[in-house]
Amino acid sequence: MKSYQEISLDGLWHNNPALVQLLGLCPLLAVTGSVVNALGLGIATILVLVGSNLSVSLIRNYVPEQVRLPAFVMIIASFVTCAELLMQAFTYELYQILGIFIPLIVTNCAILGRADAFASKNPLLPSLVDGIMMGLGFTAVLVLLGAMRELLGQGTLFENMQLLFGPMAENWKIVVFEDYSFLFAILPPGAFVGMGILIAIKNMVDKQLKDKAEKAKNNQPKEKVDRRIRVTG
Amino acid sequence: MAFTRVSSPHLHRPLSTHQVMRYVILATLPGLAALTWVFGWGSLINVVIASLAGLAFEAAVLMLRKRNPVPALKDNSALLTCVLLGLALPPLAPWWLLITGSFVAIVIAKQLYGGLGNNPFNPAMIAYALLLISFPVEMTQWMMPAELLEKRVSLGASLQAVFAGHQQVADAFTMATPLDGFKHKGELMADEYWRQNAFVAEKVWGSWAFVSVGFMLGGLFLLWKKIFTWHIPAAMLGSLALLSAIFYGGDPSNYASPMVHLLSGATMLGAFFIATDPVTAATSNKGKLWFGAGIGVLVYVIRTWGNYPDAVAFSVLLMNFAAPFIDYYTQPRTFGHNKARKGIKRDA
Repeated sequence: MKSYQEISLDGLWHNNPALVQLLGLCPLLAVTGSVVNALGLGIATILVLVGSNLSVSLIRNYVPEQVRLPAFVMIIASFVTCAELLMQAFTYELYQILGIFIPLIVTNCAILGRADAFASKNPLLPSLVDGIMMGLGFTAVLVLLGAMRELLGQGTLFENMQLLFGPMAENWKIVVFEDYSFLFAILPPGAFVGMGILIAIKNMVDKQLKDKAEKAKNNQPKEKVDRRIRVTG
Repeated sequence: MAFTRVSSPHLHRPLSTHQVMRYVILATLPGLAALTWVFGWGSLINVVIASLAGLAFEAAVLMLRKRNPVPALKDNSALLTCVLLGLALPPLAPWWLLITGSFVAIVIAKQLYGGLGNNPFNPAMIAYALLLISFPVEMTQWMMPAELLEKRVSLGASLQAVFAGHQQVADAFTMATPLDGFKHKGELMADEYWRQNAFVAEKVWGSWAFVSVGFMLGGLFLLWKKIFTWHIPAAMLGSLALLSAIFYGGDPSNYASPMVHLLSGATMLGAFFIATDPVTAATSNKGKLWFGAGIGVLVYVIRTWGNYPDAVAFSVLLMNFAAPFIDYYTQPRTFGHNKARKGIKRDA
C-alpha cells in the first residue's frame, strides 16, 4: 500500500494526469483560453473526481469485473450532472461559456482512469486522497496553461473572475500589456504549443532532480568502498 | 605536353549544404529586386530584419542546446528561411511582426524539432501561417505599387513606418492585393469587375506579374544549376494551370484565368523556393510529382472556395504532412528487383 504522501506526490507531480498520463486533454486544450475558464472546469473536475472515487471505492467489492466500466461511467455521469446543475445555479454565465465541456467531463479519461486504476482497488480514504490530489494536479495544469494563454493571447490575467467568485472579484483583472492581442495563443494551436512547453519544463525539472540524486548517490559510497587492486589474472 | 588534358574518372563533388543555400539565396535576388522596384523599400527592410533576428535566434537556441552555433550559422539555412519569410511578408510590416515570425520559424518550427534536416514542416511557412491567423490585419495590408503613388516612399519614411508608427504612415500606401480584391468582388461578374477596376487590372496585375517573373527567373537559374529537379515546380504550376483553365473555360464570368493564378500572389515564390525545400518535400521523382500536384490543387481550391485570398503557405504545410505518406507509396524500384516496393510489405 502506498502512503498518503506518495499518493499525493503522484497526483500532483510524478503521475500528474495532465502532464504525465496525458489524460483529459480534450477539455484541457479546449477551455484553457483564460484563467477563469480553466479554474471553473478544474473545480468541476475535482468535484466529479472526488465523488466518483469515493463511490467507486465503496462499491468496489460488489461490482462484477465484467460490468465495472459501465457502472463506473454511470456513477461519473451522475456526478457530472450534479456539477452541471450546480454550475447552472451558481455560475450561470461561466456555465454558458464552458458549454459542452461540462457534460464532456463524463468522457474525461482522467476520471474513468482513476476509478479503474485506483479507486476500484483501494479502500475509501486512500481513494479520497487520490481523487483530491489528482484533481488538484489536473486543475493546477489547467490554471497554469490558462494563465499562460491569457497573458500571451490578450495581455491580461484574471479577467472576468467575477463569473466564478461573484462581485468581489470585479477588479481582480490585471492588465499586463495594453492594447495587445496575439490570437495564436488563444486559438487551439496555442494550447498544444503551451502544453508541450509545460511538459518539457516538467521533464527538465525531473531530469535535474534525477541528476542531483545520482550525484549524491555516487559521492557517498565512493568514500566507503574499500578499493582493492586486483593482482591476479 | 599532354598533362593539361583531363582524364577519367570525371568525378563530381556534390555541393555542400552552405553552397546550396547560398545559391538559393542568390536566386531570390531578382524577385527581391522586383519587389523593391515595385513596392518600395519594404521588402528589403523585411529581409534584413528577419535575417538578423533569425541568426540571433538560431545562435541562442543552439547555445541553449549546448551545441556549437558556428557550423549551423555558416550553413546559411537559417538565413535562407528568414529571407524567404521576409519576402513573403507584406512590405512595411511592423518590426515586431518580423521578429515574431523569425522566432517561430527558427525556434519552434526548426530547432525544437531538432534543427536542419529534422523539421517536418517548412519553417518559413509555419511562421507565415501563424502570423496570418494571429495578426490578420497587419498581414493583409499590402503596399500599393509605387506607380500608383504620387511619389515613392523614401527609405527614411519606410524605416519610420516599420519601427515607429505603422498605422499612420502605412495606411495611406496600402491596398488589398489583386487576389484579395477578386475574391471580394461580390455579386459582380468577372468581366464587370475588370471593367470597374480597369485601373487595378492594368497597373497592379502588371506589377505582380513583374514580381512573379522575377521569382521565376531565379527559380530557372536554380533549375539550371541543378539545385532541385523540375518535378515539384512543374507539377505544382501544371496542376494549378490545368484546374484554373478548366474552370475558367467552363465559366469565365466567375473564375479567374490561369494567367491570374500563375502570375499573382505567391505562386512563383512558392513553386520554386518554398515547395522545393528538400527537407520537407517528398523525395523520389514520382513522389515529387504527386507532392507538387497536390500543392497546386490545394492552392486553387483554397483560393477559389476557401476563406483566404492566397493559399501557398497552407497548401505547402498540408502537403508537408502528406510527404511521408507519399514517400511510402512512391519508392523507386531497387536495382535487381522487378517491381518497386509498394505499400505495406506483408511477408517480411
